[in-house]
Amino acid sequence: MPWETLFKVLFILIVGVAVFAPVVTWVERKQSAVMQDRIGANRADLFGIRILGLLHPAADVIKLIFKEDVVPDGANRTMHLLAPLIAAMGAIISFAVIPYGGKYTFGDNTINLVAADVDWGILYIFAVGSIAAYGTVIAGWASNNNWSMLGSLRAAAQMISYEVTMGLSVVGCFIVFGTLRLTDMVFAQDQTFRVFGFLEAFGWFESVPAVLSWIQLPMWGVFLQPLGFIMFLTAVMAENKRPPFDIPEGESEIVAGYHTEYSGMRFGLFFMAEFIEVVVIAGLMTSIFLGGWSIPWLPTATIVGGLEPAFGSGMANLLCMVAQVLTFILKVAIMIWVQMLLRWTLPRFRYDQVMDLCWKILLPLSILNAFVTGTIVLLIQGLG
Amino acid sequence: MSVEALLFYVFALAAVGGALAMVMNVRNTVAAALSLVITMIALAGIYVLLHAHLIAVVQIMVYAGAIVVVFIFVVMLLNLRQDAFPPGRLRVFKWVGASGALWMLWRFLGALTPHMPAVQERAEGFGGYRQLGRVLFTDFVLPFEMTSLLLLAAIVGAVILAKRRIG
Repeated sequence: MPWETLFKVLFILIVGVAVFAPVVTWVERKQSAVMQDRIGANRADLFGIRILGLLHPAADVIKLIFKEDVVPDGANRTMHLLAPLIAAMGAIISFAVIPYGGKYTFGDNTINLVAADVDWGILYIFAVGSIAAYGTVIAGWASNNNWSMLGSLRAAAQMISYEVTMGLSVVGCFIVFGTLRLTDMVFAQDQTFRVFGFLEAFGWFESVPAVLSWIQLPMWGVFLQPLGFIMFLTAVMAENKRPPFDIPEGESEIVAGYHTEYSGMRFGLFFMAEFIEVVVIAGLMTSIFLGGWSIPWLPTATIVGGLEPAFGSGMANLLCMVAQVLTFILKVAIMIWVQMLLRWTLPRFRYDQVMDLCWKILLPLSILNAFVTGTIVLLIQGLG
Repeated sequence: MSVEALLFYVFALAAVGGALAMVMNVRNTVAAALSLVITMIALAGIYVLLHAHLIAVVQIMVYAGAIVVVFIFVVMLLNLRQDAFPPGRLRVFKWVGASGALWMLWRFLGALTPHMPAVQERAEGFGGYRQLGRVLFTDFVLPFEMTSLLLLAAIVGAVILAKRRIG
């Protein structure tokens, strides 16, 4: 058992932190280049081999490590050192509850592909996120610089505000799936539903015509909670402090905000934390709204059942596991791409616009969404 | 010693240490608030050891994550630096206060220890959100609604205080 957990943690660290995060920095550069009709970073080479600029993340890390590490006069040294660590720690340990595969049986053993399958899975991510906020807040305070301080103030206000909306906008999903455990949420999405089935549930039709019955969608959060999807994506992107929500570091107003006084690898950790969070957000959105590791229209039972006669039980489970883990990675890649698209499309919001969006638009809408969802679920349960 | 007992001592030490650091750091307000965060997180760890998982997460989300951030926010808005407060005087009172608190703790423990309840088997689903939600909306629905009324009054009050002119 400890070995199994160790392997899962290693898998997450290697795939999520060591492979995905650096590649995301490359994607950011390349995508901005494509969107702005440029070529993008492609100069870093190793013995003349450039592979589309994929070596740039490595060059970045080497540069950051060998840069002089400056702590400004009058700064609080301990806190100045601690702040980037807290930010990066929060981003990395969020992976623990994100399931990257289902449950597979090999003889007597059952493997559950998630590092920590806890009952309050999504609350764990919210809790870790609220601790990680201290990283930015302390950074500005410890730097002894007014720009940093202003950035930290903005970060504190923004992160507290969006934590509220972030929690409330997924309440609809809690109601629909009836659980907070991310693995159970994905299992609930590993099936299809008839789009016109609600006509039967409300008793408007005796039975839906056969043609309409065929129209089925995977039971994903995005189809059951479309408004929740948009609101949650907005809230987590604001929580991540990347453009268009990067007012804590808005360089046109406050130099670089909370990390003005950071250089070398300490700045690198803040930088890394943001990119790791992009991957975490993609994984979280995938798990709640895009069916996680499930392959659309192909439930696990169908895959394993179909492969079992030809390959035997163990091999069928193994093939299913590989296919579903790859599906998860593909969905995560798509969600990262969506975030990059938004990041390079929208200009930075003004501070008051960010706050208005949170408290005057998202908060009332998310409460309304939870209310309407609850009413509909109760109606269907009462009628069915 | 089992792992759980070991973890308990680690968290208990962190909680007491954080609380002490908070009291010792009264002049450096942000450091005091951060010490409070350590105490909160350590308490959450102890809640996990007691299988009260939901309370543990709420402890981190609400106390460590929101309330202390607001403390720090206010401290930073006021820009309180260490020299904003005079160094402590009247050390005698501090020592008298500390020994008084220790004496009360000792008496408290002495009075409480004989009445410790026996260890009970925990019920199915104990400490989870389902159990808590069910209890909250059946047995304790009236206190729950009363609390929401109180919070509403606080929100209305805050809005009126913050707005210079209503209308």
